[in-house]
Amino acid sequence: MSQTVSTPPALETSPLAQLTICKAREFFREPEALFWVFIFPLVLAMALGLAFRDKAPDRIPVGVVAAPGPAGVARAAQALAALRQSPYLRPRLLPEAEGREALRTGKVSLLVEAGGPLLFRFDLTRPDSRIAHLEANEALQRAAGRRDVVPVKVEHVTEKGSRYIDFLIPGLLGMNLMGTGIWSLAFSITTARNRRVLKRLIATPMRRSHYLLSQILGRLIFLVPETVILVVFGWLAFGVGVRGSLLLLAAACLVAAMAFCGIGLLVASRVNTIEGASGLANLVMVPMWLLSGVFFSSERFPATVQPLINALPLTALNQVLRGVMTEARTLAQVAPQLGIVAAWGLASFAVALKIFRWK
Amino acid sequence: MSADRQSEVAVRCRGLVKRYGDVVAVEGLDLEVRRGECFGLLGPNGAGKTTTLEILEGLTEPDAGEVEVLGTTWSEDPYALRERLGISLQETQLSDKLTVSETLRLFRSFYRNGRDPEDVLARMSLEEKGDARAGKLSGGQKQRLAVACALVGDPELLFLDEPTTGLDPQSRLMLWEQVQEFRAGGGTVALTTHYMDEAERLCDRVAIVDHGHVIALGTPDELIASLHAANVVELTTEPELPEAAVGGLASVVEARRRGAAWSLAVGSLALAVPALLAAVDRAGARLVHLSTHQATLEDLFVSLTGRALREE
Repeated sequence: MSQTVSTPPALETSPLAQLTICKAREFFREPEALFWVFIFPLVLAMALGLAFRDKAPDRIPVGVVAAPGPAGVARAAQALAALRQSPYLRPRLLPEAEGREALRTGKVSLLVEAGGPLLFRFDLTRPDSRIAHLEANEALQRAAGRRDVVPVKVEHVTEKGSRYIDFLIPGLLGMNLMGTGIWSLAFSITTARNRRVLKRLIATPMRRSHYLLSQILGRLIFLVPETVILVVFGWLAFGVGVRGSLLLLAAACLVAAMAFCGIGLLVASRVNTIEGASGLANLVMVPMWLLSGVFFSSERFPATVQPLINALPLTALNQVLRGVMTEARTLAQVAPQLGIVAAWGLASFAVALKIFRWK
Repeated sequence: MSADRQSEVAVRCRGLVKRYGDVVAVEGLDLEVRRGECFGLLGPNGAGKTTTLEILEGLTEPDAGEVEVLGTTWSEDPYALRERLGISLQETQLSDKLTVSETLRLFRSFYRNGRDPEDVLARMSLEEKGDARAGKLSGGQKQRLAVACALVGDPELLFLDEPTTGLDPQSRLMLWEQVQEFRAGGGTVALTTHYMDEAERLCDRVAIVDHGHVIALGTPDELIASLHAANVVELTTEPELPEAAVGGLASVVEARRRGAAWSLAVGSLALAVPALLAAVDRAGARLVHLSTHQATLEDLFVSLTGRALREE
C-alpha cells in the first residue's frame, strides 16, 4: 500500500486509461463483487455437479398394499418379491391408508394393490409414475411366467458431453457473463449518479464517451479470469472439455460480455438509486435464469413460447456456448445465435446512449 | 494587476430564469464577476444560489437568460471552456474505493494542462492521506479533496458551492487559505455560502440572494454601511418593552422583535445604550440580557428580508 507503483506516463495522462484503471480498482476492492463473479459460479458448479454426478439411476419408490381378505397378505408378499427383482424400483409394503397418503404426497410414485386383478394407482402426469407402472407391470407379469417373444439385448451408454455437468457448465458460463456484465455496469453507474460523481465528472473536460467506454473496458479486464477459471474448473473437476474451437469460445464470450454491458448500460441509464437499479436488473435477469436454459433445457417449455425464449440473449448465448463446448460447432453454425446476442447488445447500447442521464 | 484588467469580466449573466415545475428557483438574476476577484453569493438555503452557480458552470440549462463565462458561452466549445474551470459541487462524494491520490490523478488526466497531483495534495495538507481510501476521510478532508480536484486542472476560474458547510474550524481555515492563495496567483473565484463570516472574510464583493433575486450587491463593507447602523444591540427585559419605548430612542435606526428579544440597529453605542437603559428604567422593567456586536451581513439580511440567514 505504502509504495505506489509508478504508472507509465502514457497511462497517467490518458483519461480513458485512468478511467478504466479506476473502474477495475473499484471492482477488485469490492469483496462481494469478487465473490459473485469468481467464487459463486464455482460453488454452484461444484454443488450441482456433485448432486447430479454419474451414479446408478435412482430407483423409483413403489408402494404395495394388500387386497382385503385372507389371501391378500400372501399375494402382497409375492408381489413385493417380484418387484424387488426390478433394478428400477424400490418397493415396500404399506397399509392401505398409509399407501394412499404416500401416493398423494409423492413419497411413492405408484401404488400396487396385489388383488385378483392387479390394481395400479398412479398419476398419469408424472413421468416417473408412468415408468414405474410399466416396469412394475413387467416385473409382476414376468414373475407370473410371461416370456419374451423376441430376444432382446440391452446396451447402457455413458458418453462425455451428455452428462448433466456437461450441460451445466456452459449454462453457468452464460449466466455469469450476463450477471457480471449487467451488474458491473448497473451498480457502478447508478452509484456514481446517486452520489453525483457523474455530475462532477461532466463538470471536467472529460469526454462522456470515454466514461462509458471505460465502464465496458473495465468489465472486460475481468472477463479473462472469470471465464478461464470456470472452464478450467469444469475440465479439472468433472472432465468437461471444449470440443469445438477455443478461439471461437473466447470470441463468443467477448461478444457476449460486451452485449450484456450494453444491457447493463440500459438498465443504469436513468435510475437514481441502487434499489431501483437492482429491481430493474432482476427484472431483466430472473426471467432469463429460468427460461434461457441455464439449469435445465429451455425446450421443456411449451412450443408456443419457444420463439420468444429463443430470441432472449441468454438463450442464444447458451446455445452458442453449448454448441461450441459439447457439439464442436463451427462459427458458421453458431453465427445466427451469436448474431442475436450482438443485436441485443447494440440495440441496448443505442437506446441507453439516447436516454442516459448524467445528473 | 492593472485597473483595466481588474475590471475585465470573468462571468456575466443576464435575466437568468430557472423553474422546477411550479417552483421558481431563479427569477431574472443578473450578475457580473470580475477577473481576479472573489465573488460570493450569500443567501439562505433554497435561495437559488446553487441553481445559479450550476447554470454558470454549464451543468444546468436555464429556462431563460444569457451566460458568458471567460469571454465565451456554453454553446461554443464546452470542452475548451471546461479546461479553464475548476468546480467543486455542493457535497460532492467521490468514489469511496479509490485512494486520495488515485482520485486526484484521475481528475488530472482529464485536463491537457494542469498541476502536479502530489503538489496539490501537499497544498491541501492531504499528502499523508495519499494512500487512504476517499471513503475513510473525515468531512473536512473530503472537502479538501473535492477542492483539490477542482484545482488540479490549474483553472482560471474556480466555482465553489458551499465549500465549508459542516466543516470543523481548522478545515475551514485551511480552505480559506487555499482560496486566498489561488487568488494571489491571479485566479478568479465565485462561491456560494450561507455563512456571513465566510463572505466577509473571503469575498471582495457579495451578492445577497433571496427567492431567486439579487437583493443587495457590493463589498461587504458597503453592504454593512447600507444599514446606516454600525452596531446591533440585543436586549431582553422582564416584562417586555413596548415598541413605543424603544422605537424613537437616540441613534436607533431600526427596531425588530426576535422572539422575546429586541434587536436594535444603532448608529452609535455611546448614544443608544444609555438611552436604552433609561428607557428600561422608565418602564419599570428588569434587564435580563443586553449584548452588542458590530453589524454584519447577517444583520443586513435580516433587515432586508425580516428572516435569519439560517433557521436554527
